[in-house]
Amino acid sequence: MSKQHEHVDFSQFPNAEGHFGPYGGRFVSETLIFALDELAENYQRLSQDPEFRAEFDRDLAYYVGRPSPLYHAERWSREVGGAQIYLKREDLNHTGAHKVNNTIGQALLAKYMGKKRVIAETGAGQHGVASATVAARLGMECQVFMGEEDIRRQALNVYRMKLLGAEVISVKSGSRTLKDAMNEAMRDWVTNVDDTFYIIGTAAGPHPYPMLVRDFQSVIGREAREQHLEQTGKLPDALVACVGGGSNAIGLFHPFLDDESVAMYGVEAGGHGVATGEHAAPLSDGTPGVLHGNRTYLMQDEAGQIIHTHSVSAGLDYPGVGPEHSWLKDIGRVNYVAINDDEALDAFRKLTLVEGIMPALESSHAIAYAEKLAATMRPDQSIVVNLSGRGDKDIHTVAGIDGIGID
Amino acid sequence: MSRLAKVFEQLAERGAKALVPYIVAGDPAPKHTVSLMHALVDSGADIIELGVPFSDPMAEGPTIQLAHERALEHHVSLSQVLDMVAEFRQTNADTPVVLMGYTNPVEHMGYSHFAERAKQAGVDGLLTVDMPPEEAGETSRLLRDAGMDNIFLLAPTSSDQRVAKVAALASGYLYCVSLKGVTGAGHLDIDSVREQMQRIRQHSDLPVTVGFGIKDGESASAIAPLCEGVVVGSALVDRLAKWDNAADTDKQIAEAVSLIADIRKAIDAVADA
Ligand SMILES: Cc1ncc(COP(=O)(O)O)c(C=O)c1O
Repeated sequence: MSKQHEHVDFSQFPNAEGHFGPYGGRFVSETLIFALDELAENYQRLSQDPEFRAEFDRDLAYYVGRPSPLYHAERWSREVGGAQIYLKREDLNHTGAHKVNNTIGQALLAKYMGKKRVIAETGAGQHGVASATVAARLGMECQVFMGEEDIRRQALNVYRMKLLGAEVISVKSGSRTLKDAMNEAMRDWVTNVDDTFYIIGTAAGPHPYPMLVRDFQSVIGREAREQHLEQTGKLPDALVACVGGGSNAIGLFHPFLDDESVAMYGVEAGGHGVATGEHAAPLSDGTPGVLHGNRTYLMQDEAGQIIHTHSVSAGLDYPGVGPEHSWLKDIGRVNYVAINDDEALDAFRKLTLVEGIMPALESSHAIAYAEKLAATMRPDQSIVVNLSGRGDKDIHTVAGIDGIGID
Repeated sequence: MSRLAKVFEQLAERGAKALVPYIVAGDPAPKHTVSLMHALVDSGADIIELGVPFSDPMAEGPTIQLAHERALEHHVSLSQVLDMVAEFRQTNADTPVVLMGYTNPVEHMGYSHFAERAKQAGVDGLLTVDMPPEEAGETSRLLRDAGMDNIFLLAPTSSDQRVAKVAALASGYLYCVSLKGVTGAGHLDIDSVREQMQRIRQHSDLPVTVGFGIKDGESASAIAPLCEGVVVGSALVDRLAKWDNAADTDKQIAEAVSLIADIRKAIDAVADA
């Protein structure tokens, strides 16, 4: 590990104001404070409520299909010739990614709070699909905000959302991607704050969102820890997950934070290379600032304007990151690294050919880094990689890069 | 006495209400901002709220979002906005200027550096839309030490407890957001503003300006009797959206600020009535 971290009681974070050290908090306009208070109070109560917890667990088991397997990728591990690599198969969840763990949780909160309408922002469309899915099941009205640029890149998911009865609202402001979709969702929420629940798709946004998204996603790490112990009799030596806003990563990492022997690697989107500036890696190459309701590392220019990001994967194409990651970086508990577009695409092909598993382009960043890391480790060591989603949604993109048009 | 306190005191003596136009610095182009500010004062503005352009103006409706985008096409930074205020101050020593914007550009400049430079430039107050009192302790202190005011928003959703909390930290004036929504929304509800104002008065003696949804003489004169000032944003900014570089500058400025002259007349008429 690069930095030595002092002993920290991770269960005490965030504090009551939603701070992780200097990060997090609530940077929103006054109108939303009451809604965040209402959400925080309800979450506090419901997260202790046996009935709510039982319903959440039941949905994860019978609707999502949990626990997701922890799969020992033996052939791939052998080829790499280093550590044993295990894949946490979030790609096998209903709707194809980890996102649904969180949308189930938040939609249940909405239901218990008596909200009739849910809204969501989406980049790759995975969170939008997961939100539309749970809204369909609960009979709630659902509107999904999506940047015009992403609507073009992710046409398949746009149609999936429509089939699920959601309305997809094209966002034409700013850079017309995920960050602008989030701005627009916030604007809608301010306007319809009485009857609307905003389902945020990653471990970012104003308090209590980073905390509750982490808690809902922590099922990933709890299962992985138990499964790894059961399969090998010990804890893994390292964890690897991709970081967009950081929800699949914090979900895997959080239950292991106290296990000092477990090293952790969050993999950001290096785009065309961190040195080129064309990437989406705020923890690798950004500075702290305030966006979307929290203080965190951001991609910004010398005047504090948020700058355009680039990644081949729409789900990682975001200029900020959840505040807990910023803090875990500063205290040295987690290492943050970057993987470029090309490396992620190679990993996408590699895992598909070697294991018959097609990862999402987001997850392919984690796969690519895990391969590099495994090669530096011994065969009696092990790595758990979060395979956060499946690659079906990305076949179009990859075919396009190969120069093949499919309709 | 601060420029803001003096303005509200003088208005109160005359039984008049503050007219507070909002424009985004650098919209439609940086070279017009200072002339626009002077023209607003000439048309009857008492205080100017000068928007600091930001890439992600989360609380704005489409009209003001586009103004931020127009300003950012010219790469207008907070530093340049401070230069504009300094230039305005060369020929206007009395009209308060309040910067209104988002946390990040200020945080990026550094709060104490900002306070120092803003003071030098002749800024009177700062309103950061996305910085509620919980996060503002340090900023408020630095501004106060530099002799500037930290202006806070109160919303229809603010509980009594919050009104008290915000009032305790605020200075200069309180900005009452008239509705649940973003700037430029159309659903102004006078009764709800009246109810809000009653609650605010229980907790604060500060002057209160009301904004969001005030777009003409009629809406302004309906609200003005309830408070100490009215803020006019989107309706003014919308006039600047039609800017044509090929057309005559002075004429276009006059055309835009004529809205402020109209509203001035309307609110003075109800004050005299
Ligand atoms: C499969 C998959 N993995 C990862 C991400 C990135 O989000 P997060 O960092 O919140 O896990 C996304 C976002 O769309 C995704 O679809």
